[in-house]
Amino acid sequence: MFGMLSAAWRYRFFIFSSIKTELQTKFIRSKLGGLWMILHPLSQVLIFAFVLSAVLSAKLPGIDNQYAYAIYLMSGTLGWSLFAEIVNRCLTLFIDNGNLLKKLVFPKIALPLIVTGSALVNNTLLFVAILAIFGALGHMPGVEVFWLPVLMVVNIALALGLGLALGVLNVFMRDIGQVVPVIMQFLFWFTPIVYMANIIPEEYRSWLEFNPLIPIITGYQNILLYNHAPDWAGLGVIALIAMILLAFALLLFRKASPEMVDQL
Amino acid sequence: MSGELHVQNLGKSYRQWGSEWRRMASWFLPFIAPREEHWVLKNVSFSIGPGEAIGVVGQNGAGKSTLLKLITGTTSPTQGQVQLRGRVAAILELGMGFSPDLTGRQNAYHSAGLMGYSQSEIERAMPEIEAFAEVGEYFDQPVRTYSSGMQMRVAFSVATAFKPDLLIVDEALSVGDSYFQHKSFDRMRQFREEGVSIMLVTHSMGDIRTLCDRAILLDKGRVLKDGQPDEVVDYYNALIAEKENANLNVEQRREKNGWLLTKSGTGEARVKKLQLLDAVSGDELAVAQVGQAVELRLEASIHADIPQLVLGYMVRDKQGHVIWGTNTWHTRQVQRDVKSGEILVFRLPFFCTLGPGSYSVSAALTSSDTHLVGNYEWVDNLLVFDVINVNQDFFIGSNWLDAYFSISTVSPR
Repeated sequence: MFGMLSAAWRYRFFIFSSIKTELQTKFIRSKLGGLWMILHPLSQVLIFAFVLSAVLSAKLPGIDNQYAYAIYLMSGTLGWSLFAEIVNRCLTLFIDNGNLLKKLVFPKIALPLIVTGSALVNNTLLFVAILAIFGALGHMPGVEVFWLPVLMVVNIALALGLGLALGVLNVFMRDIGQVVPVIMQFLFWFTPIVYMANIIPEEYRSWLEFNPLIPIITGYQNILLYNHAPDWAGLGVIALIAMILLAFALLLFRKASPEMVDQL
Repeated sequence: MSGELHVQNLGKSYRQWGSEWRRMASWFLPFIAPREEHWVLKNVSFSIGPGEAIGVVGQNGAGKSTLLKLITGTTSPTQGQVQLRGRVAAILELGMGFSPDLTGRQNAYHSAGLMGYSQSEIERAMPEIEAFAEVGEYFDQPVRTYSSGMQMRVAFSVATAFKPDLLIVDEALSVGDSYFQHKSFDRMRQFREEGVSIMLVTHSMGDIRTLCDRAILLDKGRVLKDGQPDEVVDYYNALIAEKENANLNVEQRREKNGWLLTKSGTGEARVKKLQLLDAVSGDELAVAQVGQAVELRLEASIHADIPQLVLGYMVRDKQGHVIWGTNTWHTRQVQRDVKSGEILVFRLPFFCTLGPGSYSVSAALTSSDTHLVGNYEWVDNLLVFDVINVNQDFFIGSNWLDAYFSISTVSPR
C-alpha cells in the first residue's frame, strides 16, 4: 500500500500532466472545449426542470424561492455527476489503456488517480457554473458550503472503491462493463435526485437505507438548498463503508495486477 | 553506474483457468491451480554485463517480445527472476502514449513524464530532445500532422534523452529514414562506450553484426544459442532452413583462422571439395592478388537421385557483409535429373576485383533458388582466402573499380 503511494508520488508530474493533457485535448478540437463537461449535466437539469417542475415543485416545504426545484435538481446532479464520472471511467480504465499497460512500465495506480483528478476538475467547473446560476436565480448558499469538500472526499472514496474494483474485474469478465451502466441507471432513479424522498410511500421508504449514495446526495441538497450541515451520522457510516470498499479494491487491484496485462 | 542484467531460469506461462471465478479465487487462495498452462518462455538464463550489447534474434513467436516485457516489467514472470542494476529505458514501441492532438513538444513532456521524470528534469532535457529529433517547426505542430518517420524521431529522441543504464530496443528503428537510423545507431554506440548495456531485438542481421558483441537465439521459448554474433546469425539462417527440411542437422565449428563454419542440409548432395585456383596455372591459392584471374572450383558428390540441383555462392567480408552472391538458378544453369553416385564439377572463373582483406565463400547445394526448399547442403564460410594488393595503385574498400582520374585545368573567367 505504501509502495503504491510512493510510486504515485514519484509519478506526480505524469499524473498532473495527464490531467492537463486530458483537459487540453478537450479544448483543442472543439469550439466550446471543456464547457461540454458542464453543458451535459446542466442540459439534463434543464430537461427535468421543464418536465417535472409542475409536478414536483410543491413538494419542497420551507423554501420560498420559485426556482427551488431547479436548485434541488442541480444540487443532486452535482453530487451524482462526480460519482458517476469516476465509476464509469474506472470501469473501462484498464481496458482503454491496455496498450499503454502492455508496452510501458509505470505505476498502474496512476491511472485511477488521473481519472479522479480530472473528474474533480470537471466537477469544480460544474460547481462554479451552478453557483453562478444560483446567483442568477436569487439563491445564495450559506457558509455550510464549506462542508462540501468533506462530502466530495466521501463521494470520491465511494466512487473510487466501487469503480476500481469493477474496473479490475471487468478486465477478466467483460460482462461487467455491460451490466454496470444498467445498474448505474437504476441507482440514479433509486436515489432522490430528480424527486424528493418524501414522495415515496411510507412502507417502501426504509428500503432507501440500503442505497449508500443517499446520505451523500442528501448532504449536497442540505448544503446547497436548505443551508443545513449534512447528516454526519449517516455520512460517517457511508465514509466507513467507502473506506472498507476502497481497501478491498486496492487489495484486489494488487492481487490482479500481475495477471491483468496478460488479459488485455 | 552502469547497467547489469541477470536473467535466471526465467519462464512465462499463460494460464487457462477454466472459469474466471477460479482465477479470482486463486488470488486469495494459493492452493487453487490453473486448469492448463501454456509456456511461451521456459528456462531462459543469460547475463548482460556493463557496456555489453547483445542482440536477440528468433523467428516470430520465439518469445522475444515476451522476454523483453518480462525484463522491462510490464508483465510478470511465472517462474525464475530478473535481476537488474541501474535504470532501464525501453523502446518497445515508438510513439506509445502519444496523443495525436497535442504538439510534439507537449507529447515529449507527457511521455518523459510517463518514464517517471520530474518537470524540471524534463525542462532541462527539452532543448536536447528538440535538437536531436530534427523535425524543425513541426515540433510545435500537432502530432497528427506528422509522418510516421517524424513521430519515430521524436519518440526515439525522448526515449534516449536521459542516459539509461540498460537500453532495450525492440525493432523500433526500422521506421526512420537511413539518415536518422545512422544517427540513432551512433547514439546507441556512444551509449555503449559510456558503459550503457544494450539489448537489441531485430530481424536485421546486419544491425546485430554492427552493433552487438553477442547474440542470443531464441526458439520456441528457449535459448538455443548464446555466443558471438556471426555464430548465432549463421546458426539462425541454418535454422530457418530446418523449418522446411525436417530431417536436417546443423553442425557448427570455429576454424583455426577464426571463421565459423556452419553446415546444414539433408545430404542428398554434398560439397566434396571447394578450392580457389589461379585461373592460369591451376595452382591452389590461399592469397589472391587484386586483379588476378582466379577460379572457384567445387566438386559435388551426389548421394540420391535429384530432379533439380542448384549451386549458390556467397562471398562475405570479415564483418559478415555479403560482397557478392548468386546461384546457377539465376544464371539459368540448373542441373536436372542428377543421378546418385555422380560427381559434378562446377568451375567459376572470375577476375579478383575485391579489395584487400579477408573473405569467405559459402556454398549451397539446393533444389531451387532459395535454401528454404530442398536444402541438400549449405556450408557457411567453407573457404576462406585473403586478398592483397601487390601491383595496383593503393585504394581502400572492398571493391577494386580499376578507375583512373581524368584531370584538366579550367582557367577562371
